[in-house]
Amino acid sequence: MLPFSFEWIWDPSHMVFHGGLWYALTVIGLGVTYCVIKAVLDISKGKDGNHH
Amino acid sequence: MDSALIPKGVKRCPIWQFLLWIGANGAVLAWGVFAMLLIYIKGLNQTNMNNAYGFALWIWADLAVIALGGGAFFTGFLRYIVGKGEIKNIINFAVLIGVICYTSALLILGFDVGQPLRGWFIFWHANVHSMLTEVAFCLSAYLIVLIIEYVPVVLENRQIDKIPFFHKLGHNMHEVMAVFAATGVFLSFFHQGSLGGVPGVLFGRPFGFREGVFIWPWTFFLFTWSAAAGGPCFTILITKLTEKITRKKLVKDNVIELLAKISGWMIFFYIIAKIADTLYWANVTAPSKGFTFMQFYSNNAGSLYGLWILILEIGICGVLPALILITDKGRKTQATLLLAVFLAVLGVGLNRWVMVLQVLAIPVLSFESWATYFPSWQEIATTLLPVAYGVIMISISFRYLPIFPQERELNPIDVPAAAAQVAEPETQTTDAGPEPELSPAES
Repeated sequence: MLPFSFEWIWDPSHMVFHGGLWYALTVIGLGVTYCVIKAVLDISKGKDGNHH
Repeated sequence: MDSALIPKGVKRCPIWQFLLWIGANGAVLAWGVFAMLLIYIKGLNQTNMNNAYGFALWIWADLAVIALGGGAFFTGFLRYIVGKGEIKNIINFAVLIGVICYTSALLILGFDVGQPLRGWFIFWHANVHSMLTEVAFCLSAYLIVLIIEYVPVVLENRQIDKIPFFHKLGHNMHEVMAVFAATGVFLSFFHQGSLGGVPGVLFGRPFGFREGVFIWPWTFFLFTWSAAAGGPCFTILITKLTEKITRKKLVKDNVIELLAKISGWMIFFYIIAKIADTLYWANVTAPSKGFTFMQFYSNNAGSLYGLWILILEIGICGVLPALILITDKGRKTQATLLLAVFLAVLGVGLNRWVMVLQVLAIPVLSFESWATYFPSWQEIATTLLPVAYGVIMISISFRYLPIFPQERELNPIDVPAAAAQVAEPETQTTDAGPEPELSPAES
C-alpha cells in the first residue's frame, strides 16, 4: 500500500509497517542497482580481471 | 557429459548415478505436485482441517522451516556483522538451506491461503494491526535477500564465471553483502518474532497467551531466540548428512565446532528464558485466566498432549543439547555432536508444534472437548514436497557450484588427474592473469 491509496491513513501503524517494508525494499533495490551498474562500468573500463 | 560445469579440483559421481538420485527424489516431488494440483483445483476440502484446526500441518511446517532456515540469518550475522571469519566456510551452505526453507515456506503458504492469486492483497490491502502482516512483509523481503546472497554462489559456476559481467557482478555483490546481511538480520528478527507473537497475543487461548513488553509478548522474543539457536544446528545436521551421503569431508572441524559452540550457548540461555517463561505462565498468567497448569495436560485422548511433551521439548530437546554443545568434549565427539544438533532441531520443531497445534487442541469453554486432527494424505504429500525439492536443490548446487570452499583442500584428487586437468586450456586457473582476483568465497 502506498500513501496515494484510498485505504491509506496517516497513523503510526501504517507508517511503521509500510515504512519498514519500503526501507528494506529500498536498501535491497539500491544495493542490487549499485552492483549491476558497477559491473557494467568495470567491464566498460576493461577491469574484467583479464583471466579468461 | 556435464564435466565442464563441475567445479575445478573436485570429484563428483557419474551422471547416471546423479540422475537416478534426482529421479528418485523427483518421484516424491511429483507426488507432492499431484496433491498440490488437487488442492488448487478442488480446494481446501482435500484437507482434514476443520474449525478447530484452521492452523494445521502446513502452518506447523511453515513455522518449522522458517525457524530452521534461521541458520542463514544467524550465520550471516556472525560472518558479516560480528566478523567471525571461519564462518565463511559454511555460509554458502547455510544460505542455500535458507533459500530452500523460505521458498518452501512461501510455497506452503500458497496452498494454505487457498487463493494464491490473491497473495498480493496482504501487501496492498494490509491489516496493519496484524502480526501476520509483519510476517508476510518480512518473509517476502527476506526471501529476496536470501536469493541475493545465493546469486554470487551461482555466478561462481565454472561456465557462468567465464562471462566478465557475471564475474564482476558476483564480486560486487560480495563487496556489499554486509548491507544485505544486515537487512536480512533486521527482517528475520521481526518475522521470526511475529510468528511467536501470534499465539502470545491470543487472549482467548490461555495456553498460548503471554504477557510481555509493550505490544510484544514474551513468545515474540523466544521464537527469534530459538530460531537463532536452532537454525545453525540444522545447518550442521544437513552438512553432516551431506558429508555422509557424498562420503567426503566438506567442512573443517574447527568451523563446525565454532558454530556448535555459539549455537550451544544460544540454546543454553534460550532454555533458561523458556523455563522462566513457562514457570511464570504456569503460576501467574494461566491462573489469572481461570486455568490450572495440569488442565492443559490432562484428560486428552491417549495423552497425546500429556506432560511428556513439555518434558521432551524443554528437557530432552533443550537442556540436554545445550549441555552437550557448551562442553568441549561434547562438541568434539562426533556421536554426541550429532545427537545434540538432532535434538536441538527436534526441539525447535516440537516447540512450533506445541505453539500451533496444541494451542488449538485444548478446550477453552466448559462445553468443549479436546479437538482432534490427523492430516489428509494430500496435506502430508504437499508437506513432503518441499523436502524433495530441498534434496534436489542441494544435490544440483553441490554438483555444479562451489558450495563448500574447503572441499578441494579436504579432498585432494590424485596427482595424474590433477595434472591432466591443469593441462586443459579451459581449466586455466583464475590467478594466471595480470590482475589476479580471488573468488567471492575466498575473498
